[in-house]
Amino acid sequence: MNDMLHQVEPLIPALRRYARALVRNRAAADDLVQDCLERAVSRWHQRRDADARSWLFTILHHLAINQFRRAAARGKHVTIDETNEDKFGQDAVQEQKLIYQDVLNKLAKLPEDQRAVLLLVAVEDLSYADAAKVLNIPLGTVMSRLSRARERLQQEIEGAGDDASKNVVQLRSVR
Amino acid sequence: MNHRPITEDDLHAYVDRVLEPERQVEVEGYLESHPEVAKRIAAFSGQRDLLRAALAPIADEPLPAELNLSRIIENRRRRAAPVWWAVAAMLLVCISGVTGWIARGSMMQAQPGGLIALAEEAADSYNVYAPDHVRPVEIRAADNAQLVRWVSSRLHQPVNVPDLSTAGYRLMGGRLVATSHGPAAMFMYDDDHGERLVVLTRPMSTDQNAPMLPQSKGDVAGFAWADGGMGYSLVGHSSAESLRPIANEVRKQARTI
Repeated sequence: MNDMLHQVEPLIPALRRYARALVRNRAAADDLVQDCLERAVSRWHQRRDADARSWLFTILHHLAINQFRRAAARGKHVTIDETNEDKFGQDAVQEQKLIYQDVLNKLAKLPEDQRAVLLLVAVEDLSYADAAKVLNIPLGTVMSRLSRARERLQQEIEGAGDDASKNVVQLRSVR
Repeated sequence: MNHRPITEDDLHAYVDRVLEPERQVEVEGYLESHPEVAKRIAAFSGQRDLLRAALAPIADEPLPAELNLSRIIENRRRRAAPVWWAVAAMLLVCISGVTGWIARGSMMQAQPGGLIALAEEAADSYNVYAPDHVRPVEIRAADNAQLVRWVSSRLHQPVNVPDLSTAGYRLMGGRLVATSHGPAAMFMYDDDHGERLVVLTRPMSTDQNAPMLPQSKGDVAGFAWADGGMGYSLVGHSSAESLRPIANEVRKQARTI
């Protein structure tokens, strides 16, 4: 149990970050992480992977994907959190936050499989081989998805003027 | 100058800073002489920095109480404890059931006790053997023929090993296990994520033919049923419902012996 605590506990912040970046809702993401940790605790002795990190990300990713599928099947929508919680920040800080918010909005437009690869590799620092394990896809597919994800995100960033502002308006009007 | 041509994969590995130092130098040289590519790669690096900066604050947030690992472990221990009492109580019931024929007879009529006992045996085998890292099975899948001969001779029944590869589970192997109803054959499977399943089969004295019913014990769940005097139970570490298609597959294959 101690061994588990030492190996798993330091990884929880990264698991939260990955879950939040995928589902973009704090409560829903933390529920996934909790579910992931409960499974990890009950299956700790069954894991064959020496590396707890990719094992945990695998469990979390599966839970997230299952949730996406269930939500899609029910036609349910998880609300996206607004991140501008404190309104008293300095202007520069606010501006920085808007830039961050903007890139996350653009990331959210990528297909789920491309987003997952990009997050695991570029943010969570998983090796390409570990990302392949987590996503249960061949290494070559990781590389091609990563390439497509980066191209697509770049298109979103560069095409910011017309297309993106239209989407923002649409989103707002739906709410 | 370059020994190997620079590939798209090299460029991504450059962005992700995972290249070997010599290769790093080669890619840098390539980018210097290819400004268009260099621009694209710089944009990718910019994305990476921006995403990391945008998401970094999440990892710095204090953990909510629900994500306190010590608490999750403690909760599980507290939940698990009553299960062991239930197991002990169940064993007592089984023992008194075996010694007292009258009690046993009356119990069996009330509910499909044969199936319940079978599912319990499967769950017990799962709990003992599935977490085993050293020797979860006695005979490995490679010696399938030997395994089939062994269990068929001990069960006095032709037993075939279900093939669950279409469901993504590989046969690891099997063994003979002891139950209070005689020997049973246990087969263990696993998938690419190390999830293990157990199929237990033995001749039935009661419930010789019984429909497939969901069963659970602690956090091990699955299905049990009986066909033509043989009982089957499939269990794993997930909800019974998620195992239904696999249980159907086992039943289908068992019928075609």
